[in-house]
Amino acid sequence: MSSAVATMNRWTGEEMQKRVAKRYAAERRFRFFGLAAVGLSIAFLAFLLVSMAWQGLGGFSRTETKLTIDFPRSDLILDPAALKGPQAQEVVATAGLEGVLEQAAVAQFGEGAGELFGGGSARSLGDQLIADPGLLSRKVELWLPVSSKADVAAKGDGDPAIEKLVAKAETKRVFNGEFLTASDATDPSVVGVWGALKGSFLTILVTMGLAFPIGVLAALYLEEFAPRNRWTDMIEVSINNLAAVPSIIFGLLGLAVFLNFMHLPRSAPLVGGLTLALMTMPVIVIAGRNAIKSVPPSIRDAALGVGASKMQVVFHHVLPLALPGILTGTIIGMARALGETAPLLMIGMRAFIASPPAGITEPASVLPVQIFLWSDEVDRGFVEKTSAAIIVLLVFMLMMNGLAIYLRNKFERRW
Amino acid sequence: MTLSLALVAILVIAVAAGLFARNRAAGLRGAGARLNSLPNYHALYVALWAALPALLIVALWSPVQSGLVDQAVLASPVGQKLPDFDLARDTILTEAKEIAAGEREGGFNPESSELAPIYATASARYASIGGGVAIVIAMLGAFLAMRRIKVDFRARSGVERWAMGLLIGASLIAILTTLGIVLSLLFESLRFFELVSPTEFLFGTTWSPQMALRADQAGSSGSFGSVPLFWGTAFIGAIIAMIVAIPLGLMCAIFLTQYAPHRLRAWLKPILEILAGVPTVVYGYFAALTVAPIVRDFGIAIGISSASSESALAAGLVMGIMIIPFVSSMADDSIAAVPQAMRDGSLALGATKSETIKKVLLPAALPGVVGGVLLAVSRAIGETMIVVMAAGLAANMTINPFESVTTVTTQIVQLLTGDQEFDSAKTLAAFALGLALFIITLILNLIALRVVRKYREAYE
Repeated sequence: MSSAVATMNRWTGEEMQKRVAKRYAAERRFRFFGLAAVGLSIAFLAFLLVSMAWQGLGGFSRTETKLTIDFPRSDLILDPAALKGPQAQEVVATAGLEGVLEQAAVAQFGEGAGELFGGGSARSLGDQLIADPGLLSRKVELWLPVSSKADVAAKGDGDPAIEKLVAKAETKRVFNGEFLTASDATDPSVVGVWGALKGSFLTILVTMGLAFPIGVLAALYLEEFAPRNRWTDMIEVSINNLAAVPSIIFGLLGLAVFLNFMHLPRSAPLVGGLTLALMTMPVIVIAGRNAIKSVPPSIRDAALGVGASKMQVVFHHVLPLALPGILTGTIIGMARALGETAPLLMIGMRAFIASPPAGITEPASVLPVQIFLWSDEVDRGFVEKTSAAIIVLLVFMLMMNGLAIYLRNKFERRW
Repeated sequence: MTLSLALVAILVIAVAAGLFARNRAAGLRGAGARLNSLPNYHALYVALWAALPALLIVALWSPVQSGLVDQAVLASPVGQKLPDFDLARDTILTEAKEIAAGEREGGFNPESSELAPIYATASARYASIGGGVAIVIAMLGAFLAMRRIKVDFRARSGVERWAMGLLIGASLIAILTTLGIVLSLLFESLRFFELVSPTEFLFGTTWSPQMALRADQAGSSGSFGSVPLFWGTAFIGAIIAMIVAIPLGLMCAIFLTQYAPHRLRAWLKPILEILAGVPTVVYGYFAALTVAPIVRDFGIAIGISSASSESALAAGLVMGIMIIPFVSSMADDSIAAVPQAMRDGSLALGATKSETIKKVLLPAALPGVVGGVLLAVSRAIGETMIVVMAAGLAANMTINPFESVTTVTTQIVQLLTGDQEFDSAKTLAAFALGLALFIITLILNLIALRVVRKYREAYE
């Protein structure tokens, strides 16, 4: 018996060696699983980003084709003088340029070629006519953006009949700047994100204007002044809970309180900003308290020692030293608010809004909601527009998070 | 006069009074006296007394005013002829309000253009009353505060009392928000439970919120049994998402804290955090457009003909990926909180690193990890956009992940989007669902926070 134990436990024994090898193999396996988990997570992220970029980059470009239009022989009745007046936009919008395009397209590419051109093409033609009214008196060759259907076909994903038409035409791909300056529309070839982006800016502005001061003041009170009693405990518990309440609940709160009780305007950035402010405030309070906590007590003691009042200590010394940390937390909270969709759906920010909002009480849409709305559209042309809008949103989020990281690295102080 | 004009007037009064007070205090100082407080504090003191009470009055008056204006309009001869039906009357009133404000030319209802001038005069009258009172209060405040400016006046203490009030007020907002959530959810839910019995809501197994508009209408039973919704929520958020997130998140945390060299960790951790920063609407789009077709094709390939393109699996998978960094950072914290002595002891006995992790660190960190998982579950079941975009609307009770289920949050969005009157059982049901969701997440959070805190204390 004892000799058996001895052979099992002898360091150089064969069984011991085997067990050690097994244990080391298990160690390597475990390590590999860890690496695989990290790799898998990062692969998911990469897959997500690459697939969005792949689909979305097309949304930033549009297909143009060369079309010969013989203006003098078309049915177009348009006074070149009217194109120089202030109402030029209205004149070309009502001149029936679509008909001219269809005529010219059928003449050049054959029956059914009217499908090649849409509302966006007519608008571009109108702009070119305003720029040079002289075009009206001759036969010209113009580069015009094609319709959404033809655009999808040119990118190899559309109706075979239109694909044939596109193959016949001379086409080129150009950067679609209008995507960044136009607003929502029903025709995917002319939509843009500017309206939604402006709505997002206004909403975030309201959120920041409310959540930042209130959050900072609350954090200062809780960290520096609050006596330890039941009230303070209640405030703390409710802040910690609010930070974990699902965002859609804040949407319900906004709907019940801001819209149905206070009768604020529906779909307005004001209401969206208020709702998101309530949601972001706990995040700012928690980040603020951590930043305030990390300011060393010796600073407070020194200021008190030279005769500053408690309030002066806090506002002249503690707050400026804690501010970079608070700002970092605030920016991260704002980035989250920027990407938030669900509470804004609840307060009616899902209406179709074709012009950018002029103020915080005008109906508006925001970028994430715009993405959600476009993702519901059946038109194939919206697929790449949705992904392109996602790219815009991600770029903004990345910029905000990058700013937060920069601020942290630049101003973070270790005491 | 509108209230915004009054606001501007109050601010002008406050600034002017402040500047005046500073001059006066500086004058006292110039005369050779030693002031108790700096002139700037005198200025701030006067400005605060001028602005804050008046602003408070404006804030309190504006909701009162809209009620009074409505009353005045309804009491007018034209207003009394309006239909009694709430919805129709409210539409006309809203139109009249918009015409009066110059936001639109004319309404769909002819009454609204008749009402508009009455509206305009009534609101002008009440706004001048409220605004006038506020301006008087502002001047009074400025005047009274100004009289106190003397050499030994403690203006700084006065300003600090105001600042303290602001600080307390700001921290009370958190309580008010919580209260607002609870009250608004509770109030609307109680109205819902007057229409639908709580037992049907809690234990019923059929969910079809379409109310019958006519008695003989088919397929509009209007039953509100929420069990299938809660099953769907738990199935996607607590089961499928966690099957993805717990192993991956835990192994990520272990690798990053125990194995990865410092520089690699400094790179990998922020990259993982990006996963948590991607907006949920992007995940939803990704789930619906990319993951769902793959899952459906896979389901059909392994012989499940009922595989849906809105499967629970697609939504759950993507939600799990979103939760990974959350689980990972919670696990990271609790592993880091295990005392170094326990780790050293295990290593000194000859255990390999993985044995130490599996047999010592993880059991010791388990409460923290469990708390983190509970928090992650609470986040997953409250998550909205992924399930709205990728999960279905059919209230199925199925354990087949390739079939479509619906969740509480999806139904809230479905019930509340689209135009309908606010009092129908359908919209009220959304608040009842919201209340249930709020209570469940609250309980999960409270348990999780308690577990995490208790466990931290045990090691500190």
